Amino acid sequence: MSNGPLLSMRGIGKRFPGVIALDNVSLDIGAGEVVALCGENGAGKSTMMKILGGVYQPDAGELFMDGVAVKINNVTDSMKLRVAFIHQELNVLDNLDVAANVFLGREPKNALGLIDFKKIHADTEPLLKRLGLELSSKTPLEKLSIAQKQMVEIAKALSLNSRIIIMDEPTSSLTLTETDRLLELVLELKKSGVSIVYISHRLSEVEHIADRVVVLRDGKNAGELPKADICHDKIVSLMVGREIKSSYTASTGAKTPGFFKVRNARSSRYPARTVEFDATRGEILGFAGLVGAGRSEIVKAMVGLDNAGSAEVTIGDERISINSPADAIGHGIFLVPEDRRGEGLVTGMSVRENTTLPSLKKYSTFNLISKERERKVTDEQIKSLNIKTPGGETLVLNLSGGNQQKVVLGKWLSMNPKVMILDEPTRGIDVGAKAEIYRLMRELADGGGVILMISSDMEEVLNVSDRVAVMHEGKITGILEREHCNEENVMNLAVGKTIAAAKAAVN
Amino acid sequence: MKKEIGLLVLFVVLCLTVCGIELIQQLRVIHEFQLAHPNEVAPVVQLPRFLSQANLTNTGNLIGLYGVFSLGLGLVIITGGIDLSVGSLCALTGIILTMGVTEWHWSWQIATLVVLAVSGLLGFTHGVLITRGKLQPFIVTLCGLLLYRGIARFIAGDSTKGFSGAEGIEPLRVFASGKLFGIPAPFAILIVLSIVMWFVLHRSIYGRYLLAVGRNEQAARFSGINTQLVTASAYVIAGLLTGISGIMIAFYTNSVGPSNHGNFYELYGIAAAVLGGCSLRGGEGSVVGIVIGTALLLVLQNLVNLLGIPSSLNFAVMGAVVLFGVLADQLFKNRAAKKTVRAAK
Repeated sequence: MSNGPLLSMRGIGKRFPGVIALDNVSLDIGAGEVVALCGENGAGKSTMMKILGGVYQPDAGELFMDGVAVKINNVTDSMKLRVAFIHQELNVLDNLDVAANVFLGREPKNALGLIDFKKIHADTEPLLKRLGLELSSKTPLEKLSIAQKQMVEIAKALSLNSRIIIMDEPTSSLTLTETDRLLELVLELKKSGVSIVYISHRLSEVEHIADRVVVLRDGKNAGELPKADICHDKIVSLMVGREIKSSYTASTGAKTPGFFKVRNARSSRYPARTVEFDATRGEILGFAGLVGAGRSEIVKAMVGLDNAGSAEVTIGDERISINSPADAIGHGIFLVPEDRRGEGLVTGMSVRENTTLPSLKKYSTFNLISKERERKVTDEQIKSLNIKTPGGETLVLNLSGGNQQKVVLGKWLSMNPKVMILDEPTRGIDVGAKAEIYRLMRELADGGGVILMISSDMEEVLNVSDRVAVMHEGKITGILEREHCNEENVMNLAVGKTIAAAKAAVN
Repeated sequence: MKKEIGLLVLFVVLCLTVCGIELIQQLRVIHEFQLAHPNEVAPVVQLPRFLSQANLTNTGNLIGLYGVFSLGLGLVIITGGIDLSVGSLCALTGIILTMGVTEWHWSWQIATLVVLAVSGLLGFTHGVLITRGKLQPFIVTLCGLLLYRGIARFIAGDSTKGFSGAEGIEPLRVFASGKLFGIPAPFAILIVLSIVMWFVLHRSIYGRYLLAVGRNEQAARFSGINTQLVTASAYVIAGLLTGISGIMIAFYTNSVGPSNHGNFYELYGIAAAVLGGCSLRGGEGSVVGIVIGTALLLVLQNLVNLLGIPSSLNFAVMGAVVLFGVLADQLFKNRAAKKTVRAAK
């Protein structure tokens, strides 16, 4: 191996019609180095990696592998250079087994010209062992968790003898333990000489594993941090180009404890377990826990989206019965779901049509909709939420993630929420839009709303919530008051310890 | 709206083309006549047959008949579903109607009510099986296609039924195949129903729900919409509209042969709806588009007949035109998508 970097991308430029995605960007990757690529959405991280992966061709710049100039014209070229790309959306086939997925597209043939199953299984098993996966190579993919499917993709990368593995937001759908396991694996791969390009919004992960952080901003190099300098604040300040404080802002509004009571909430995921909690009017109650703890399921049961689930809900002194989403909405209980595009929005419809969808009756006379009235409320929401859209008639699918989320929020805010439940409200949203969403949540709470926020982002949970309810396997293991909200307490409760044990563990 | 205007232009161009070709044919005949008989008075140019009273009435009738069930089918397609049972349901309702008023001595009012009740109820059954039973629309209505055809043939003893011997059904006949305000009744009924459906689909809350459910059922559900009710009701409306058009078709053909009455009508309806801008993925479509799509298809058939194109090519012409229409639409869409991407950046 030469002394220079394994891979060097020099002066890369890429234009799309009307936009310069990359402008003279350079990136070096050393052998066995973990390089974290950071930047807000639209900073050019994905474009840069797609050029390396052969998906796009650069307009300017050069690539050197081991100091030799190379051209990557397509994905095959990239694979030949032993670069593997693990996309955020996994590219695995659920109807095939592990080995078939690992060898997809390059199946070894036996004497009859059919797939040599013996060989693919024999070759896959050691890879799974190396990754610490206790699975047979004959397990069908549909039986695996998302984390395990991701491991299968990594196994595929290893079977290709990859020297560079690009991981794009690999932990966005993993549980905390799965995330830890992945980070360990990244370090193991590094030890065996594989280079990793790691793209993540989760800066604590970056701090943990990166040897070097390369930050992009608006399609340009914004700066690099060597291992010793990697810390959260420095990365963020490079990303946004100025120092920002990200910390808890205390609420100022009036509080009514016990305003929103939930008893005997039961989801079809954990039918034998019930959840109960009181939420204060004027607070943001965070819901932390490992993915799979049943947080999303329990709120879905609360708002009538789980036919087999149920919950006894009291707002103020009124016991209300919720059998369908319409009941919950009628009582001012709104859910901003985790899956924005799948559940929160009809992306093929306009901002206006999405904004008024749950409240059309308000904008109609004799069931006939008045577009005039719709436009008025839509324009109000666009203005007050600072939604960046050409107008109310723009289709939602043409907006960025952060603005899409604001449309979801606008739709409910126009209906005067009493209880607003947000499930992973800032997933995949850039730092600027995140801060705006936190501010909106705080305003809503101060204005007399109850905010429940489910989040798997520890930083978000700790920075935004007034109190934190932690769930573990379908039950709330504890609700932490503000002064006890710290990472250790949350983690201890999330793995199933009691509050007392959690506090004792800290002391 | 752009798409509808485009279709309308296409429709007008098609009509003009038919007239033009006919005129050219006449002129050629006259020219040849003059060459052959230079001393005789040449025949004068006549109104193209396309514009003749008889042809316009007949085409208007057909557009009305097909348009009514296409509206229903379009609605179902907008929810992301499909209804393959239209033709068989026409046969079944046709048999019930003819046998009702002739052999079972029902009054026309009763017969109409029974037909609408049966078609509405079958539509409701489709809706329930699809929403509650979670069966695929294709399968449910494919079974309907086979089932209703079989039942119709069984009830009729596989013999053709007509209206001879029926008494006191004149009011219904006028309504179904006569003239209202000087225009063919089915066409008038189609216009009235289209106006109603336009308000339902494009102005009412229910219509907005339909489009939302068709685009993204989950998101609609999360917004508090009873998506099962919305979807199922589309099948009920489709059933009822098929029933109405079934009555008109029975009077138009004046006899109902249970084994071939209404064959392929569902395919005409689907073709019309798709040509009119409905997407089989759901969530897209307009009443004006469906009506113009139907008209376009029928004028196309008319063209095949008038221009002496072998009628065996009928289906081929239709298939080619629908394919062309959908391709053109996709092309425009791709261009529009690129434009918005450019504008956004």
